[in-house]
Amino acid sequence: MSGLPPPRLHLLGDAALLCELPAPATLVQQQRIWALAAEAREWPGVGEVLPGMNNLTLTFDPTAIELDALTAQVLEAWPKLSAKAVEGRLVEIPVAYGGEHGPDLGDVAAHTGLTPAEVVRRHSAGEYVVYLLGFLPGFAFMGGLAPELATPRRAEPRTAVPARSVGIGGEQTGIYPLVSPGGWQIIGRTSLEMFDPTAESPTLLRPGDRVRFVVESVET
Amino acid sequence: MIVVQKPGLLASVQDLGRHGHRQLGICPGGALDVLALTLANRLVGNVDGAAGLELTMGGCEVRFETDTRIALAGDDFGAQLDGVPLWPCWSVPVAAGQVLKLSGANAAGAKKAGLRSWLAIAGGIDVAPVLGSRSTDLKAGFGGHEGRALRKGDKLPLGTSRLDAAQRTRKPFGLRGPDWGPEEADSAIALRVLPGPEFEQFTLAAREVLWGERWRITSQSNRMGSRLAGTELKRKRAGDMLSSGVIPGTIQVPPSGQPIILMGDAQTTGGYPRIGVVIRADLWKLAQAPLSGKLRLVQVDMAEALAAWAEQQRYLAQVAQGLAVAGWPGAA
Repeated sequence: MSGLPPPRLHLLGDAALLCELPAPATLVQQQRIWALAAEAREWPGVGEVLPGMNNLTLTFDPTAIELDALTAQVLEAWPKLSAKAVEGRLVEIPVAYGGEHGPDLGDVAAHTGLTPAEVVRRHSAGEYVVYLLGFLPGFAFMGGLAPELATPRRAEPRTAVPARSVGIGGEQTGIYPLVSPGGWQIIGRTSLEMFDPTAESPTLLRPGDRVRFVVESVET
Repeated sequence: MIVVQKPGLLASVQDLGRHGHRQLGICPGGALDVLALTLANRLVGNVDGAAGLELTMGGCEVRFETDTRIALAGDDFGAQLDGVPLWPCWSVPVAAGQVLKLSGANAAGAKKAGLRSWLAIAGGIDVAPVLGSRSTDLKAGFGGHEGRALRKGDKLPLGTSRLDAAQRTRKPFGLRGPDWGPEEADSAIALRVLPGPEFEQFTLAAREVLWGERWRITSQSNRMGSRLAGTELKRKRAGDMLSSGVIPGTIQVPPSGQPIILMGDAQTTGGYPRIGVVIRADLWKLAQAPLSGKLRLVQVDMAEALAAWAEQQRYLAQVAQGLAVAGWPGAA
């Protein structure tokens, strides 16, 4: 049973419903978000489910299900959701840290007061959780960065961060699936494709997955 | 097959969009004016989901390598087929070798014209579907033709037309385009808007500005979003928001206080407060609203939004009925 407060519901236009939980965002709340997403996508009239951070957006066809009915369905389902409904996988991501692949490793070290080797050790020691995908296809917003590794974004964002770059932005860490403008501190690069539109499962990561970074090489 | 002789500012292959993958961060994309592409497709006997071309601000030329039939919807930019004017929402036969040219100037018939056109060709553009859609995802670089905007010399294959020879060569006919609604005094385009989840976070003054302002569409607008300029929209308190879903039509307000209305290629989640959302029935007007043009945002409630949607569906049903009576293949 869930002792969590129910979500605040708000229309997002005439064909989407936002379900938002009270702050702060926690993993326990996010697990309920995934569970609600998994259940709601089976409901007649519901189109897409889109987990955000501490919230879920449902698109729906208002000619197939009325807003009042959908609202009632969410509030009825909410207390019965299981936090274990979505069983994420453990995904290991090899990373070449530093050097040309991680040009900002030195800046992160300077900001955190750690040596570059220690930044790498701590970054690869953590286990991260994929809260949601957004921003770009396959881009995972992950929780679990060691607080001492938090580093502000670069004052001048890059116009083109290479694909598969691993970065730190504020209190988050993540991987750029594609070449993209970006302001995160780039500390390494993985050889894994994060996004392949022709694959049966187009993104390497999915909400609920756990991630470990495995040191492939370090250049300091 | 067709050949792109001049792409103009931005030409891309688009269908009704790539749906069902938002939670993987994949945007829906597709024709920004779904209504226009649907009309154009029906006029050439295609299914609604066939892929066509989305053209931006005229200045383009397309050569047809086979006998076919075409229709243009949206702004016509003075379109001519071998020198003969092609009106929007008309269905015309084309012989192999003919060239469609869109100049920069609008014909008098296109009252609010100024930004985009959608071209449908019998059989549709037959590029390989990716994740269930032929739309080009320009940002992620996949789908459509080689995952990119069209260039001079690109050759695009056509699918099998549903028209028989008699239908393909039938003399031109047209239909009544969608209704822009009553003309505004200062020729602003009115978009109906539902208050967004963060509407209450804005000051009372800002909320009044939202509905009262004549918003100018800036030239920084693109397929990701229309950027507006006007009086700064202030929040009661500054503060970061957690990532949350956004859909086309979402009006988000970055710290500058200048709103952005998101469109088909916008990212799937955003972190800016959403002061409102343009209703689905009015998104097509935004897709055609010219740069430097003015927008007026009109507050409506859910019932009004759904009534507007139903009205648009009725119009499409009338179009389908009219075409069926004329012996055209069903929309399906």
